Amino acid sequence: MGLPQAKLTATEARLAALDMPKAPGWSSLARAAALARVESMGLPGRRDEYWRFTDPAELLAPAPVPAALFRGEDKPVFDDMDRVKLVFVDGVFDAEASDDPALAGVEISRLAEAQALDIHWAADLYGVLEARAQEPVERPFAALNTAFATDGVLIRATGRAEKPVNLVYLHHSESSDAVLHHVIKVEAGADLTVLENGPAAARFNKVMEVDIADGGAFHHVRVQGRDHERRAATHLFARLGRESTFKSFTMTANGALTRNECIIELTGDDAVAHVAGACVGDGSDFHHDDTVFITHDAERCESRQVFKKVLKNGATGVFQGKILVQPGAQKTDGYQISQSLLLDEDSQFLAKPELEIYADDVACSHGSTSGAIDETALFYLRSRGVPRSEAVDLMVLSFLAEAIEEIEAEAIREEITERLAQWLARHRR
Amino acid sequence: MLEIKNLRASLEEEGKEILKGVNLTIEAGKVHAIMGPNGSGKSTLSYVLSGRDGYEVTEGSVTLNGEDILGMEAEERAAAGLFLAFQYPVEIPGVGNMTFLRTAVNAQRKARGQEEMDAASFLKEVRAKAKELKIDAEMLKRPVNVGFSGGEKKRNEILQMAMLEPKVCILDETDSGLDVDAMKLVADGVNAMRSSDRGFLVITHYQRLLDHIVPDVVHIMVDGRIIKTGGPELALEVEKSGYADLIGEAA
Repeated sequence: MGLPQAKLTATEARLAALDMPKAPGWSSLARAAALARVESMGLPGRRDEYWRFTDPAELLAPAPVPAALFRGEDKPVFDDMDRVKLVFVDGVFDAEASDDPALAGVEISRLAEAQALDIHWAADLYGVLEARAQEPVERPFAALNTAFATDGVLIRATGRAEKPVNLVYLHHSESSDAVLHHVIKVEAGADLTVLENGPAAARFNKVMEVDIADGGAFHHVRVQGRDHERRAATHLFARLGRESTFKSFTMTANGALTRNECIIELTGDDAVAHVAGACVGDGSDFHHDDTVFITHDAERCESRQVFKKVLKNGATGVFQGKILVQPGAQKTDGYQISQSLLLDEDSQFLAKPELEIYADDVACSHGSTSGAIDETALFYLRSRGVPRSEAVDLMVLSFLAEAIEEIEAEAIREEITERLAQWLARHRR
Repeated sequence: MLEIKNLRASLEEEGKEILKGVNLTIEAGKVHAIMGPNGSGKSTLSYVLSGRDGYEVTEGSVTLNGEDILGMEAEERAAAGLFLAFQYPVEIPGVGNMTFLRTAVNAQRKARGQEEMDAASFLKEVRAKAKELKIDAEMLKRPVNVGFSGGEKKRNEILQMAMLEPKVCILDETDSGLDVDAMKLVADGVNAMRSSDRGFLVITHYQRLLDHIVPDVVHIMVDGRIIKTGGPELALEVEKSGYADLIGEAA
């Protein structure tokens, strides 16, 4: 490895603490290739440009920092929905707590079981989008995940799914270190919704690869809440065919360290990709990073990034977002907005919005702002009798609304809004 | 009802004195109008009365039904019965008009120790009052003031006033940005609320609003003081000869 000594040492130490799953079957080639990628890239360090705002040390240490378990009482967010629930406890599948996967009306199997079977459609996808996304920016944690994932789900939708698939990640052990890898194939014209919630583990490395064929639609809503001390590095890779749709929304509340990367390739004409995030953070031990990379490689595609962060008491928010428009991707419509609402002077927002355009007939806009609560609006609410703390909460929800509105299902939108309102009420200073 | 005595107030940051000893008493059932040239302190008076941050009261007192309100927060003044209709109502994206109204009504009831209004009776009342102001159901559902025309925003202010049933209503340049029809609609809404137990302070630059909301008393404010007080005819005088003559007279 031609890596700097410090990086080499850190990478070797991390790899020494991991075991390749036994009987990886068809996944073994992909795993070996991914391991080779990790060895040649090395794990990231603070000096790497892509990790300038987020220190990866706790994500790559041989052992996770122990995380206290959530002691609150609130009901998991999607519990009232009609969905097929698949439960992982500290990264280990819990069949008893899960629903019968057949009820979703799509093919669902577990990585740990399916990789032992001879032929599987997932063999053509596992680690493939991850490998493609290593250019032009390296994503070593994703390659590490492909090499060492212990389990995950493989979902193939060939028609309209009857119910959403809800991946529930429970955290029961204070020092758990979970690595899950999901592979999702939405066939032509099919329609699938995947919901994710729960802290998962003290440290969670998760990859989801989503391949959407022509005319397919994929909806994704994720809630990262509850445990204050958990740490996570997640990657969501998506490839979109002609006239397909991808919509992803993530709500993040709590968590000591979260790095959510979303990498989308628009490869078929007239495809639409929306990715949004609403994040609320309280305290100097909160660090949240949204890193997005969208590549337009076809004509008349639309991409939209809407990221909103509310930060208080020394919390840190990061946004790195890029729109890359390849030669020939004419009539691209790209939009990116990243905003933070800083509720005090101790909190900070670090943003790096980027556009790189090699086609001449495109419309791309981006904006990034950081500001305090609008005092005039606050006075307006108070002058109607709304107490200051409630008025601030209303203003915060108002600020987050543009991101929340990206969720298409009204019931989920309302549930997320309600959860955020409850969080705000609990975190009045 | 609302008693303002020798009120002096400055901008907190610049220390510049804007109100230089205002004396004014609004009796229940009466409509008082304040007219004056730009920069005379009319809007500042409305902000100081309603408790906006950024102003320092250096002297004087303001009482509402005998209770000192200068020590209260803006929301406490609202619960005590003070209402300010804004010259420029604020847009609040993502917060439904109805949600906002209900939050405000119930916050005030709670502050006064009353029971909160249930959703059904609230809905019934808001629909009836909205209808009078020609505010349709669609407008009630939209985010607060977002995408509203000038007239819609002012009608929305009056709807809030009607739902909150304040004791003293301050209308700050309510006619600005309105055409004649819109102004008439707003004025009808205000007139419908006139009653023997409610006082009004109508702040306006022009006399035309006072054709529709006919005041009992008219004050002329110049340079932070009320320099002349009279009946509705005073407004007509201003319309005819401008403020210059009055200012000259007072000096």
